[in-house]
Amino acid sequence: MLRLPTLFRLLAFAVLIAFLVQPQWFEPLLRPLVQENAPAIYNQGSLLQLTLLHLRTVAIATAGATVVALALAILVTRRSGAEFLPLSRSLVNIGQTFPPVAVLALAVPIFGFGEKPTLIALFLYGLLPIFENALTGLTTLPPSIMEAARGTGMTGRQRLMKIELPLAMPVILAGIRLSVVISLATATIGSTVAARTLGEVIIAGLQSNNLAFVVQGGLIVAVLAVLIHDALQAAERSLGSRMGR
Amino acid sequence: MIEIEGISKRYGETTVVRDVSLTIAPRTVTVIVGTSGSGKTTLLRIINRLVEPTSGTIKLDGEDNRSLPDYELRRRIGYAIQGHGLFPHRTVAQNIATVPTLLGWDRARIEAKVNELLTLFQLDPVAFGPRYPHELSGGQQQRVGVARALAAEPKVLLMDEPFGALDPIIRAKAQDDLLAIQKHFETTIVLVTHDMEEAFHLADRIAVMDKGEVVQYATPAEMLVKPATVFVESLIGAGERPFRLLAIDTVADAVEPGVAEGEAIASSASQREALSMLLWSGRKALPVVGPDGAVIGKVSLDGLAQRAAGPT
Repeated sequence: MLRLPTLFRLLAFAVLIAFLVQPQWFEPLLRPLVQENAPAIYNQGSLLQLTLLHLRTVAIATAGATVVALALAILVTRRSGAEFLPLSRSLVNIGQTFPPVAVLALAVPIFGFGEKPTLIALFLYGLLPIFENALTGLTTLPPSIMEAARGTGMTGRQRLMKIELPLAMPVILAGIRLSVVISLATATIGSTVAARTLGEVIIAGLQSNNLAFVVQGGLIVAVLAVLIHDALQAAERSLGSRMGR
Repeated sequence: MIEIEGISKRYGETTVVRDVSLTIAPRTVTVIVGTSGSGKTTLLRIINRLVEPTSGTIKLDGEDNRSLPDYELRRRIGYAIQGHGLFPHRTVAQNIATVPTLLGWDRARIEAKVNELLTLFQLDPVAFGPRYPHELSGGQQQRVGVARALAAEPKVLLMDEPFGALDPIIRAKAQDDLLAIQKHFETTIVLVTHDMEEAFHLADRIAVMDKGEVVQYATPAEMLVKPATVFVESLIGAGERPFRLLAIDTVADAVEPGVAEGEAIASSASQREALSMLLWSGRKALPVVGPDGAVIGKVSLDGLAQRAAGPT
């Protein structure tokens, strides 16, 4: 039996797919938002293709951020790496506080227009939630379990792989989830430097004073963010409930 | 055989364990008792090198415990702690299989061992093996914790307040189970507790620690009759001494020839239980029955009174 929230999500997903594949079906809905003769549906490229590229950009940036943030968090929670904790914290914090727009502006002269500056901005911006959550997850493990893991004769690497990471996984996933949601929204500004994201639709709408474009670009991003957020949260829950949390 | 020789542990200026030497005979239960901060847990953790001593050596069956990498040493020594320390993301069967898996046993052997242990601890392998620890009661979790510690058939089992989190009824049962299992596997057990009742119930020998030093290392009977220091005496509780003394030996050792009236007591019961039954029923003597149910004599109030008397 499907519960109501699950039904809503399935419905939202179905509508999203329908809109990406057959946007003209929704033309009557968007028509009131535009002036006479202006197109109500984005007509400078395929919405589906832009969505896939948008997702790809976010996926690559988040994957990179996850690998680096997780590696840093593991390093600084080992006895040998503890002294790097303050340094890693400040580095990651700088990544978060430096506005993505500024990163784009700085990266374009070096890497040129296109996807690369966006990837860099999203990568830097996504590090902090993953790093902080991984750090929390790895440092708040129950002492009796860590003691038991040492007592059974696990090596440091075995403790990390078999005990610490699996137990910290729900918290780490929560960090990745935050990072993904932030990146999904932030990726739109990549289109100011010619990255192919859903930002294109919004920017085209702003430039031609076409409210329908802005709305459809924004809505696609928002629905994607909500669906992906919920899917990841469900994954965390199922992991956590197995452990009796 | 565990030989602890001149072990000390200092953290900066504070000495937690001071020059402790003990020899623990194989296949016995040694209980280390002391107040909190007496260094008893640290001493236990030095045996499996969870803590490295500042000085001194520990030999297990004549072999220095530093001759192996620490993790290999720990796979050979069972370790059970208060609050069980079960891995919450692994099933009961996987938890018990932890050390055999680390040792690379084959799957069939691991499965056989897990089933044997679960059965021994009165947990149905089919019902409990696939469960997660949080689905178990406190007593069951504790049993799984001990089963995990015993899975690789260690000769030595270290236990740090293993029954501390259990309620009194389950605790008494867990203690009896432990003694049965110790006989079954002939394990050498070193157990840390602050509960004197538990110490007297389980121990072949008791080591009393105070401020990092072992102040007395003796059998329960010796300790009762000749406490080495005022501290040991106060730990035992002067008012409890005759009763603790009676609790050590069974009725079988106090049987006298003769007959008595009324309800009988089993020869395997403790003399303390016999005394209790005598006083409660207002009789002077009880008939004693052997394991086969036949009356083998009596146990009398006078006889027990003599046994409970301290040295004069």
